[in-house]
Amino acid sequence: MKKALFLAFLGLIFKSCTDSAQKTLPILGEREPIEKTVDGKVIIDTLYQTIQAFSYLNQDSIALTDKDFDGKIYVSDFFFTSCNTICPIMHRNMLQVYNKFKGDSKVKFLSHTIDIKYDLPSRLKKYASKLGVEGNQWEFVHGSRDSIFNVAAKNYLVAAYEDNTDPQGLVHQGWFILVDTKKRIRGAYDGTNEDQVKQLMADMGILLKEEFGDAK
Amino acid sequence: MRNKIIYSVLLALGFGIIIQSCQSETSINYKRYYVNGKKIYENNCQSCHGADGKGLGTLYPPLTDSTYLKVNKNKLACLIRNGQEGEITINNISYDGLMPGNETLADIDIAQVIVYITNSFGNNQGFYDAAAATSDLKTCK
Repeated sequence: MKKALFLAFLGLIFKSCTDSAQKTLPILGEREPIEKTVDGKVIIDTLYQTIQAFSYLNQDSIALTDKDFDGKIYVSDFFFTSCNTICPIMHRNMLQVYNKFKGDSKVKFLSHTIDIKYDLPSRLKKYASKLGVEGNQWEFVHGSRDSIFNVAAKNYLVAAYEDNTDPQGLVHQGWFILVDTKKRIRGAYDGTNEDQVKQLMADMGILLKEEFGDAK
Repeated sequence: MRNKIIYSVLLALGFGIIIQSCQSETSINYKRYYVNGKKIYENNCQSCHGADGKGLGTLYPPLTDSTYLKVNKNKLACLIRNGQEGEITINNISYDGLMPGNETLADIDIAQVIVYITNSFGNNQGFYDAAAATSDLKTCK
């Protein structure tokens, strides 16, 4: 009897270990039930919030759309090149994440500038190369005022706005948003907090496993 | 006998304390400047230049070039107050950006942050007081 209990206990311990290894990330944002017909039967399915179609100019002045992110997971944030408060901290941390997944064609990075007036593609290009980023795995994009501030608030759920009372005239949050291949938000991390950035890197591994299996 | 031992221990302790408290005023001031300077650095400089003073890429220069900091020591106060624009060479790498000034920092704040920077990140330049900052700040262009 005692032995059986002991074995059951051991079993529980092992079970708890495998559970944590097979952890999946939550799906964030709004959701609504929809009715779908499958094989003649009506079933209820869930419609998750997704990132809407977009089109911006990247650091090479090439149009970049949501299609360029199809079949990839990506990390998104909002910044501007002359920002001297949280942006340098965010991109110091983002650079770490970028270096970890550098060359992985399944992972992309998307930084939106909120300084519509000054951060034209040429300036974004200069910024990227000074940061040490070449190629197009990490995209720095410029869009219209409305499209950028809208997508921040409605799609990525990040507050970003122009504010005359701020010394630099622009206010924004430092979230890193993790998006899956179905354009759903799977995580939000404070880009100025090293621990949360570490969590992001771990979660990206979990998401890659979920999306693409174990095969590297 | 026992009392003698106790007395001598107390006497030694007393001397010890007196000697301890006789640290030179410069050394106490240095520590005070350094600690305050660290706080000022964290609030005003650390975002770009980093907690380790290594900067970020070629966007923001590191503060680890001891030679630059030594040669330009008298210009540091002006640079911190009024900012810096144009090309500079740090550790043989060229940086061409814009550093905003810190007009709200008082002379003593600038002296404190200079003490912190020039005695961290591999630098070891010693003390620099508020009077020196004030006189350096008079030479700002």
